[in-house]
Amino acid sequence: MSADINEKVRRNPKFQELCQKRSTFAWTLSAVMLAIYYGFILVIAFAPASLGTPLWEGATTTVGFPIGVAIIVSAFLLTGVYVKRANGEFDDLTRQIIEEAK
Amino acid sequence: MSRLSTRVLAASAGVAAAALPGLALAAGAIEGAVQKQATNWVAIVMFLAFVAGTLGITYWAARQTKSAKDFYTAGGGITGFQNGLAIAGDYMSAASFLGISALVFASGFDGLIYSIGFLVGWPVILFLVAERLRNLGKFTFADVASFRLQQKPIRTLSACGTLTVVALYLIAQMVGAGKLIQLLFGLDYMVAVVIVGALMIAYVMFGGMLATTWVQIIKAVLLLSGATFMAVMVLYNYGFSFEKLFTAATEVHAKGTAIMAPGGLVKDPLDAISLGLALMFGTAGLPHILMRFFTVADAKEARKSVFFATGFIGYFYILTFVIGFGAIVLVLGNPEFTTAAGALIGGNNMAAIHLSKAVGGDFFLGFISAVAFATILAVVAGLTLSGASAVSHDLYAMVIKKGHATDKDEMRVSKMTTLVLGVVAVFLGIAFEKQNIAFMVGLAFAIAASVNFPVLFYSMFWKKLTTKGAFYGGFLGLATAVALVVFGPTVWVEVLGNESPIVPWKNPAIFSMTAAFLGIWIFSLLDNSKQAEDERRAFDDQYVRSQTGIGAEGASAH
Repeated sequence: MSADINEKVRRNPKFQELCQKRSTFAWTLSAVMLAIYYGFILVIAFAPASLGTPLWEGATTTVGFPIGVAIIVSAFLLTGVYVKRANGEFDDLTRQIIEEAK
Repeated sequence: MSRLSTRVLAASAGVAAAALPGLALAAGAIEGAVQKQATNWVAIVMFLAFVAGTLGITYWAARQTKSAKDFYTAGGGITGFQNGLAIAGDYMSAASFLGISALVFASGFDGLIYSIGFLVGWPVILFLVAERLRNLGKFTFADVASFRLQQKPIRTLSACGTLTVVALYLIAQMVGAGKLIQLLFGLDYMVAVVIVGALMIAYVMFGGMLATTWVQIIKAVLLLSGATFMAVMVLYNYGFSFEKLFTAATEVHAKGTAIMAPGGLVKDPLDAISLGLALMFGTAGLPHILMRFFTVADAKEARKSVFFATGFIGYFYILTFVIGFGAIVLVLGNPEFTTAAGALIGGNNMAAIHLSKAVGGDFFLGFISAVAFATILAVVAGLTLSGASAVSHDLYAMVIKKGHATDKDEMRVSKMTTLVLGVVAVFLGIAFEKQNIAFMVGLAFAIAASVNFPVLFYSMFWKKLTTKGAFYGGFLGLATAVALVVFGPTVWVEVLGNESPIVPWKNPAIFSMTAAFLGIWIFSLLDNSKQAEDERRAFDDQYVRSQTGIGAEGASAH
């Protein structure tokens, strides 16, 4: 890898676009995951009883369960969302940048 | 197996506490004497089949493993799907299988809190770490951390971080393995620990990363299928209705409907948040997990690995949850599995094991016992390989030989280190048999979150990071984490037997991570040396490579 190629890549507007788009996307998704998780932790720390509310009148199942499972599923879905866009759009852009730097 | 119902003098829970941070008070470790069980032949035969199969794979892998690259990364040719399974196999320990189902069995909803904590680190690894790691690194995460910094101090720091985490984790696994095998197979503690040590040396020393990967993949498949079968059988008994299962559980559980809501497990909000931080960011700093990202061909496969791993791990935690509730309804109150006083034979950690007997008879009990053993092997193999690479690649090849070690020498050192680590692990496992080791994995996660993760994170994201900043800040994080745990409730009171802790919190991460992040930041900004200038300038080139993969390590030709 020569300094030349690096310089070329850096000057390519597509590179700026890639970095900017990907970092916005990655940080947004991270923020979503952190918000979901720490929201859950804060509820447990400060209002644990709220998770013990029955799901419907007379039910044994409490709202905590679907919420807990939903967090697990959301973690999986978020990774899916990221991988789909990164392996498609971002990788295409990366390929173009590498081509143009040659 | 009625032989299992011979009296066992185990304390309430066991491996759970050995492996789950902060669980010490909730569950208690397997302490003191665990009475040896009658030899379980079904389990032993199945386990021998697993050993024979994996040793066969090791033989095959040994013939493929020719270079250091093969040894550390299986040549870089593992697919994303395979690596996802292997990561899951590396991460789902026997302790999380038995420990989390035991926790659900004992306190219901609280078990779910831990499962979630162990899972949510994964998306963050994907979004922030995985592809940069793949693009910048070669064999160890220290390759990335030291990419544009001074090799000697940063590699030394990373190797310290790696070896501490690996040692703590290994001891916990070894002691857990010895006790578990004593319970399940009726083998002597010492024999059990030696078998685990010998097998892990064999896998890693001869088969390197390729054998380790396949042991982890096979174990993940076995564990996921076994757990799926158990969960399906439990739900089948209740017409696949969670409501019916939960209702039945609250009727027989001593805590009644309290198991349906968060209980006393997480009391102090600060401790809860701190635990959450350690679990989430500790995962992103575990050296044996980070190392797995170098086994795939490129950033694309690295991303896929996390996607599949998150899916498998999440699915596994949902299963352990059903299994915990299944144990409440099918094991609790069954005289075959409980003592006269109503406690579980062998302690709460046996919940999933008893359930396997309840839903699948002796044969399935043997299968699950063998899977539990295999699970331990897969985890310790990954840990050993990671520890060996810190010594041979970071310390020997890069620090001592300053990057001029030959491939052959580096491999020789890594194999010798594997042997030494294995022997040391066996001795430590024996030495710590009667010790309270509940704090160890918690501390390992805290250190990973307060040393490895901050250094790695800054090196990839912050241009102004310098060697001095990373070095002093990293050691500050390490010292803070260790000091807080030593002076906190888990070591100062429970291990050292003092009256009250000097530090009231069980989980140090919120303080030690802050110390590391602030320390690295301040020391870097104060660093105005010429060297610091060069390091900052080098960020731009590193940035191009981390984003595009230009110049990144490719896969081997074969």
